[in-house]
Amino acid sequence: MSINVQAVTKDFGDFTALDNVSLDVRDGSLTALLGPSGGGKSTLLRVIAGLEEPDAGRVLISGEDATAEPARKRGVGFVFQHYAAFKHMTVRDNVAFGLKIRKRSRDEIRAKVDELLDLVHLEGFAKRYPAQLSGGQRQRMALARALAVEPRVLLLDEPFGALDATVRKELRAWLRRLHDEVNVTTIFVTHDQEEAMEVAEQIVVLNHGKIEQVGAPRDLYEMPTNEFVMSFVGPVNRLGDGLVRPHDLVLSRDAGLGGIEAMVSRVVHLGFEVRVELTLSDSSPLSAQITREEADELELHAGDIVYVRSERPRVFSPHQS
Amino acid sequence: MAKYALRVTALSYLGLLIALPVGYVFYKAFEHGFATAREAVTTPVAQHAFWLTVEMVAIAVPLNTIFGVVCALVLVRQSFRGKALLNAAIDLPFAVSPVVIGLALILVYGRKGWFGDWLLDHGIQVIFSVPGMVLATIFVSLPFVVREVMPVLREIGTEQEQAAQTLGASSLQTFFRVTLPAIRWGVAYGVVLTTARALGEFGAVSIVSGKLAGQTETLTLHVENRFQAFDLTGAYAAAVVLGLMAIATLLAINLLKPKEGVR
Repeated sequence: MSINVQAVTKDFGDFTALDNVSLDVRDGSLTALLGPSGGGKSTLLRVIAGLEEPDAGRVLISGEDATAEPARKRGVGFVFQHYAAFKHMTVRDNVAFGLKIRKRSRDEIRAKVDELLDLVHLEGFAKRYPAQLSGGQRQRMALARALAVEPRVLLLDEPFGALDATVRKELRAWLRRLHDEVNVTTIFVTHDQEEAMEVAEQIVVLNHGKIEQVGAPRDLYEMPTNEFVMSFVGPVNRLGDGLVRPHDLVLSRDAGLGGIEAMVSRVVHLGFEVRVELTLSDSSPLSAQITREEADELELHAGDIVYVRSERPRVFSPHQS
Repeated sequence: MAKYALRVTALSYLGLLIALPVGYVFYKAFEHGFATAREAVTTPVAQHAFWLTVEMVAIAVPLNTIFGVVCALVLVRQSFRGKALLNAAIDLPFAVSPVVIGLALILVYGRKGWFGDWLLDHGIQVIFSVPGMVLATIFVSLPFVVREVMPVLREIGTEQEQAAQTLGASSLQTFFRVTLPAIRWGVAYGVVLTTARALGEFGAVSIVSGKLAGQTETLTLHVENRFQAFDLTGAYAAAVVLGLMAIATLLAINLLKPKEGVR
């Protein structure tokens, strides 16, 4: 189902979490809310879920005004960063919770729960308690629980934030596949740009309670509308008035080709890529990313002088940033 | 060595101050044989005192449990003006001597008190009667459930409840299916303490009861009554009954506790 957020504002005391935010999310899409902590992304998610009441503005779910509806009537599935597992219930009872509230028949509940436990790969864990599961398993249980009621919208608040790096990566890929399978409109919150890029079709960048940019991962990376977005979705260097990505820097030994003089302070081999840390004459640092072949050809060592050109510097006018 | 020194210290402290006196009461109660002790606690007056004590517990404990949980929810989950004051007021029954509580109840509900006349006109006698004793018992045992439940509520947070809401649960369903099971051990422990306090209350009840044997005499008052009448076996035997009631409460809760590994 589509979601439309219209001019939503939300204050907590004198802190403005959301400042006149409007956003359209297409039916069946997978959207990431990306931004630094305190940027308003979790608040926006909670407003959509009905867990937080906006001070102004409206939330439409599949075209109907849901602003006044309590969370329990919105038909949203919500997944919390810290799982919010019902600790006194088994995995089966956790997943069955929403169905029991809806007074479904026993056989129906049993069949549905079995199906979902299969989907989240927790087939053998039905009788366990949440305390007996790992973090990743708990989060998959929470997902199954949210999906059990066949929500119109699935909302995930930093779903992998409390998990270690390996499990995170696994679950990201898995969430992506799950979305293709279940095809429910999904919005998830993350402060990790790599996670957003990898999983989402559409990314919404939020900062200081405002939307900075909405776009496909590639568009955000290639065509950021301001400095904040450019520096948030990937590494950047400041070079003169502009910003440039490390891989858009070209190094040469030959002063005749033009470029700014810089001294190599460190060469870091990262497998296929090589990161060259440089220091400019005004002693500001610069980081360049080049291929291994390029590095071999240049025979770079700490202390060498090189000349740096940038392929695609981006200069943002002040009103854009 | 230090390990044993600590253990000996703890055990002798408990032994001298708790086990020895309590044990001695048991010994004295059965000094003249089991039959004598049994006779002493089966007199009509003693039986009445026993049932009156049960009645106090049966009224005070459920009320303090329900309102205790409500108070804890309000204090932990809501913020409003005067919350700090309410929070401090909950501890009043601990801070104030039961005797003062008894006198306060007489001031309010007694013959010359604020509501005393009005209540008497409507045929309700509070002071020197069971209603006053129930009030006194509720008063002195009020803080336990609140104080046991509050930290548990804080610890569980609100996420589980929010999850229940997004899954379609109403406030009542959320409370009974999620909140209450999560705080049940806090509630249970609060109930045990409330029961123990209600069983043993003496000061406040003593003042508002008028101590009429066979009418407004609870077990604790009965123990005092027997003691002052030099009926030591009667006093000790009644004391043993009180002790057994408390032990039964503790056992009941322990039996209800779940097995290891399930939380």
